[in-house]
Amino acid sequence: MTDMTTDETPPGAAAAPPAAAAGAKGRAAGKAASAKAAASNSTDRLARLLALVPYVVSRDSVELGQAAAAFGVSEKQLIDDLNLLWCVELRAPDPYCPIDLSYEGGEIIVTEAESIARPLRLKVDEASALLVALRMLAGIPDLQDRDALSRVIAKLETAAGAAAAVSSQVAVEVDVRGDTLGRLRQAIGAGRRVHIAYYVPARDENTERDVDPMRLLVVEGNTYLEGWCRRAEAVRLFRLDRISELSVLDVAAEVPDTAEPIDVDAGLFRPSPDDVRVTLDLTASGRWVADYYPCESVEELGEGRLRIVLRTPDTRWVRGLALRLGDEGHVVAPAGLAAAIRGDAARALARYGMA
Amino acid sequence: MSRRKTERLLNLVVCLLATRRYLTAEQIRRAVPGYPDSDEAFKRMFERDKEELRELGVPLEVGSDQQGGGGEETGYRIPPQAYELPDIHLTPDEAAVLGLAARVWQRASMADAASGALLKLRAAGVETDAATPAGIEPRVDTGDPAFPALWEAVRDGRPVAFDYQAIGRTSVSRRHLEPWGVVSRRGRWYVVGHDRDRGEERVFRLSRITGEVVQDGRPGTVTVPDGVDVRRIAFDWSGPVTEPRPATVRLRAGAAQGPRRWAKDLRPVAAGAAGSADASEWDGWDEATLTFQDVDRFAPYLARFADDVVVLDPPDLRDAVIQQLKAVLAGCDVPGGTTASSGAASGGAAAGATGEARGR
Repeated sequence: MTDMTTDETPPGAAAAPPAAAAGAKGRAAGKAASAKAAASNSTDRLARLLALVPYVVSRDSVELGQAAAAFGVSEKQLIDDLNLLWCVELRAPDPYCPIDLSYEGGEIIVTEAESIARPLRLKVDEASALLVALRMLAGIPDLQDRDALSRVIAKLETAAGAAAAVSSQVAVEVDVRGDTLGRLRQAIGAGRRVHIAYYVPARDENTERDVDPMRLLVVEGNTYLEGWCRRAEAVRLFRLDRISELSVLDVAAEVPDTAEPIDVDAGLFRPSPDDVRVTLDLTASGRWVADYYPCESVEELGEGRLRIVLRTPDTRWVRGLALRLGDEGHVVAPAGLAAAIRGDAARALARYGMA
Repeated sequence: MSRRKTERLLNLVVCLLATRRYLTAEQIRRAVPGYPDSDEAFKRMFERDKEELRELGVPLEVGSDQQGGGGEETGYRIPPQAYELPDIHLTPDEAAVLGLAARVWQRASMADAASGALLKLRAAGVETDAATPAGIEPRVDTGDPAFPALWEAVRDGRPVAFDYQAIGRTSVSRRHLEPWGVVSRRGRWYVVGHDRDRGEERVFRLSRITGEVVQDGRPGTVTVPDGVDVRRIAFDWSGPVTEPRPATVRLRAGAAQGPRRWAKDLRPVAAGAAGSADASEWDGWDEATLTFQDVDRFAPYLARFADDVVVLDPPDLRDAVIQQLKAVLAGCDVPGGTTASSGAASGGAAAGATGEARGR
């Protein structure tokens, strides 16, 4: 299925509020963020306290700044944590303080750690999050030192014990074929410019261009090259499965200092104020469109039918989509676009001897 | 959580880790500062504290020992060997790929779990701040609102129920599922499991689940059958396998770049041999062979290229493209929306697409 969001998308062309960026996805991300904030106030602190002592113990001594950075808190917060740990006391059978530590001169030293000298075991969620991600990486050919990946997976499975079992019930597959990824990694490593032949489905165009590679991205199951496109003189994303030819040039890559990497975590789709709003009505069979393209709005019309609104800087791909939909949906607005689609269909039918 | 509560829970963990004997609630109350004097209030608070520790993943053991001070009364302890993360040492290259893996979930619902794991591994002495391999940023998104509930159900072995809007269906249907796993391909998430209504294994796409995923049974009651590979179930389309067939198509020169990428025997249309009354009509066109399997999928794909692609053969494919184009004309002629009847009349053409019910 084609995907218009990433055909050479100018990233960050317009700063849009994240919530508006991609409909449901934007909202879900916002929800996750607030849940995260709430959690950091409660159980996170106890988890941090239990990790803090072993963190110092396993390193003999740690500077305040380093520990604060490792735990993602301010030094003030960290000192408060250390004071709290130092206050731990048991009253029976005999009163005593099991933890002794100091941070004099900005250097944390734990002299008594008792029973919490080791970190707590990994929870199922925790072990799974890492193992699923590691196995996903291992499934990408040429991505990493495969050796290191299999070693770390084995070590983590052993350390996690029973908590690792469920992780095999979650899997993320990344579609990578051919040797393009491996060759691009080498080009990035060597700091070389590349020449690519690139197919743009939205415009049904083959293009040729020189690109100074910046990095490779794996987002939503697809791999992309991010680079400074010398033709567009801007940062562009190129989906690897649309690169039909690749040559690594004997020229050093020159990425301008002004080239901003794309904020992957904000999503690939950036609506711009110049976008055209396209309204499509879909039948129950055409609902898949709402899954494949980022919609500004999705409205149920009953009986499985949908009305969706898409925003796009270029409507050419929408004409293709409408032809592909047939009776599964049609463009409602803008009227000019609907007329153009009618014209496309009529001209095509004329080729079959039908007016 | 208030500072006092954090302090009390910390004391409780240290106390229960330090003891070999099971400590009764009363012994704990005496040893751990911060519990209230009232018996009733203590009981309630202690119950909540136990729950809190379990949620944190602290292995709280309940039991009694005759020799213990509590006699046969129920007591508690945390066995250090069950509490402690076993030794783990990573080489710098291993730590680097681990750091990369932990970043995969950024912005996704597993992100907290990944950073929690990293925190513990750091505490165990692993240096994850080692430079991560340059030049690559893998990300996984779990934006589907159904993801967290389904992951928890898989983790806890608990049946679920949800409303599902399948492609080609005019209404949502309530589904009851024993989930075996969640898998993602091309950025899309699917849940695999035993469908209790159909009595068969089924795959559901998370983006088509509407509303909330609710628990529909007790944890631990879902058993994943031996030998089940959730990936294979999700990604193996068991649709009827049809033999690939060749199609003869004409492509306008300089256009239809998509089909050209995998066209075979690309040749210019021979002048005069075009089989058309007016051969000049095909000036500047190429002819090519494309291989396809499913008319219902391939015809819409070709229709997308409008008058840049013309199918000559086979006849069923040619007819399907013509029908597709006619449907576009018809659909556009009705302002304000296709009628329900036009949707129903398209049953034949939609049949291929409803194969998507299995997930796609």
